[in-house]
Amino acid sequence: MLRRGGLLPHQIGGGVMNRGPVIFFSAFLAFAISFFAFVLLPQTQIGRQPLATVDGVANAYPAARPGEAHQGAEIYRANGCVTCHSQQIRQTGNVFDVVLTDAGTNLTAVLTAMNNHLNPAVEFALTDVTNALPKTILKAVPTKAAAEALSKKFTEAGAKTDLRVMPVGPDIARGWGLRRSVAADYLYDTPPLLGSQRVGPDLANVGMRLPDANWHLVHLYQPRAVVKDSAMPPYRYLFTTRKIGATPSADALVFPAGFGPEAGYEVIPTDAARALVAYLQSLRVDASLFEAPMTAPAK
Amino acid sequence: MSACPTTLPTSRPTEACPAADCADVNASCRLPVLTLFAGAAFWLVVGAGFALIASIKFHAPGFLADFAPLTYGRVHPAHLNALAYGFAVQAGLGVTLWILAQTSKARLALPGGVFIGALLWNLGVLVGVGSVLGGGSTGFEFLEFSQAGSVSLFFAYLLLALSGVLTFANRTVPSACVSQWYLLAALFWFPWIYTTATALIGCVPVRGVTLAVIAWWFANNFLFVWLGLIGLGTIFFLVPKFAGRSLHSRQLALLTFAILLGFGAWAGIPASAPVPAWLPALSAMGAFLSLVVVIAVAFNLKQTVGKYLCTRSEPSPKFIGASVWFLMLFTLGNATTACAAVAATTGFTWLTPALTQLGLCGFFATAMFGAVYYIAPQLTAAEGCCARPAKIHFWLNLPGVLFLVGPLAVGGIKQGLALSHTATPFADVTKATLPFLRASTMGDLFLLLGALLFSVNLGRLICGCIKKCCGAAGCCRTKSEVAS
Repeated sequence: MLRRGGLLPHQIGGGVMNRGPVIFFSAFLAFAISFFAFVLLPQTQIGRQPLATVDGVANAYPAARPGEAHQGAEIYRANGCVTCHSQQIRQTGNVFDVVLTDAGTNLTAVLTAMNNHLNPAVEFALTDVTNALPKTILKAVPTKAAAEALSKKFTEAGAKTDLRVMPVGPDIARGWGLRRSVAADYLYDTPPLLGSQRVGPDLANVGMRLPDANWHLVHLYQPRAVVKDSAMPPYRYLFTTRKIGATPSADALVFPAGFGPEAGYEVIPTDAARALVAYLQSLRVDASLFEAPMTAPAK
Repeated sequence: MSACPTTLPTSRPTEACPAADCADVNASCRLPVLTLFAGAAFWLVVGAGFALIASIKFHAPGFLADFAPLTYGRVHPAHLNALAYGFAVQAGLGVTLWILAQTSKARLALPGGVFIGALLWNLGVLVGVGSVLGGGSTGFEFLEFSQAGSVSLFFAYLLLALSGVLTFANRTVPSACVSQWYLLAALFWFPWIYTTATALIGCVPVRGVTLAVIAWWFANNFLFVWLGLIGLGTIFFLVPKFAGRSLHSRQLALLTFAILLGFGAWAGIPASAPVPAWLPALSAMGAFLSLVVVIAVAFNLKQTVGKYLCTRSEPSPKFIGASVWFLMLFTLGNATTACAAVAATTGFTWLTPALTQLGLCGFFATAMFGAVYYIAPQLTAAEGCCARPAKIHFWLNLPGVLFLVGPLAVGGIKQGLALSHTATPFADVTKATLPFLRASTMGDLFLLLGALLFSVNLGRLICGCIKKCCGAAGCCRTKSEVAS
């Protein structure tokens, strides 16, 4: 039924497109390229990524989530927390702090180096060299090369220095994380709840930021009890309110003054609420990785 | 009904279709296509209703909060999925099958299969939306449906697409017109991306962020490429009809086609994603090259219609015109926010959902309204009967999209700027964004009213057709339809 040929000039450009198989294969080619680049290559590159080596210990990071936190991730997913909360920290770059850890034996040489290369407005005394080591002598040097060049002046004087890598960026300045998130952070997350919006704050590191379980439970039950004017909906369906019996329950939520249930009642978290909080507490990005180096704060 | 004007030169005598005349073609489409349209209208209302509930929560977080299925984190994805799978895909496939039958001058193949496919598809959406509300969401945007829902959708789609492909194969017109390329490619495209994504996310899951990469890849291939192919296929079919002349340039349409498939399919990985840096970079390039689509489409349509389309007072051309504008803004927004420098500010803000809504409710839904208002009266043999209510729908839809997308976009940019200013506490950032979110409720309300009116208009056409069929046999149903 299909007649070929007899094309008119205005059809020449797409003439070949009169054939069904040509349409099929051109679409398939486009799909195959896109599939190759955005499905196959990422899988090849990071799909079998091993756990990271941290401080010389192989397969040390990330830690698997304990049972309750794992269940909590399911509660997080089921209730669509990911709709409003991202779990990824961005970083604009690194700055470097130079820390004097050991002054060595030639203190005068170190003092000279300090007076020559540090803040010219300050006249350092010998006590500055010996007192309270380790001591951050240079803060927020923008490039690694500059920081290394400066610390070299001190190592030449016989002192020992440490270079601290300090990630920077708005997310980090807000205290949401210590460094940017990378693929290795999500190896145990199925699904990875990365999120695309920050209606609420980022939660990548909420376990380090807000470790208090009661705070989280109260926040879930009545967000405005702990965050003024919070836009988060309450999750009262994850709790049961009951009359206080002979002895108040040890599990009951401790509310700030002026909040909570009416007198004589207590709020008990369900297993789901407890699991969710265990999950939130397990969210911490605290390891320095090859692809995202940072100097971890003292534990 | 004449054949697609790009393929039949006027110098050649128009061949009478040997297999089926036009009434016959319409008759073969009637039941299956109207079933798809009715399903689409139902989910449009459901989706718009969920959107309104989600939006009201920004006025009062406690609104319906004690009923778990209607918590924001469930009702919001339910709204997007009901719109995307319930409305967009069904309306898109209904329009596709009708245009393919018209341009092929062939009866719709497998009308019974399409009818069953439509029922199965609605079942899949019902199961999927139910699973999202019940807490069974997968946690991936636009792939939230449970596996049972996805499987049902997949088989339903195969039935629907098979009909389209067979109709094209049975064509009695020698050449393929521009809109047929787009619609056919779309028919193939969806099962490829959907099986890839559901298989690698649900059945044999890969690990860690690779899952997220595949989900982003799918979301873009669905929202931009698939909806783009169906929308443009429809626009390239309807605009020459409205203008009464053939499409200006087939070559330019071919370029658009190639760029949309070749580079549009690369976009979608957010600049800040915690993945190897080449992925977002390549993705941004795809989004940027997709701007060619906008320029080529705008030029091609402008040359086709001249000043004609805008002055036309019928509802369908109005919808199509608005849809083209929304497509241009959508693609421009996507390309801009794909740049790493811009994304540093706009990432994680309300600008992202604003753009999604611009693509889904702005570009695609508006194009579908235009197409349905053009097709449904022909299918129900009630031409011109719904021009007035359709025009009212247009004036609900346009402000609906503008009041939804506008405040979200402006609020999102403000939110992004405030977030990068770290001295502003986060609580203040949220507080500054709230008025915009509350303003967008008005858009949701308009869109819900529009959805209701659309359903009423479509329902009246279908009821009128049924009445005619029952009243005077043979008025609405033809012999060929009975035979098929």
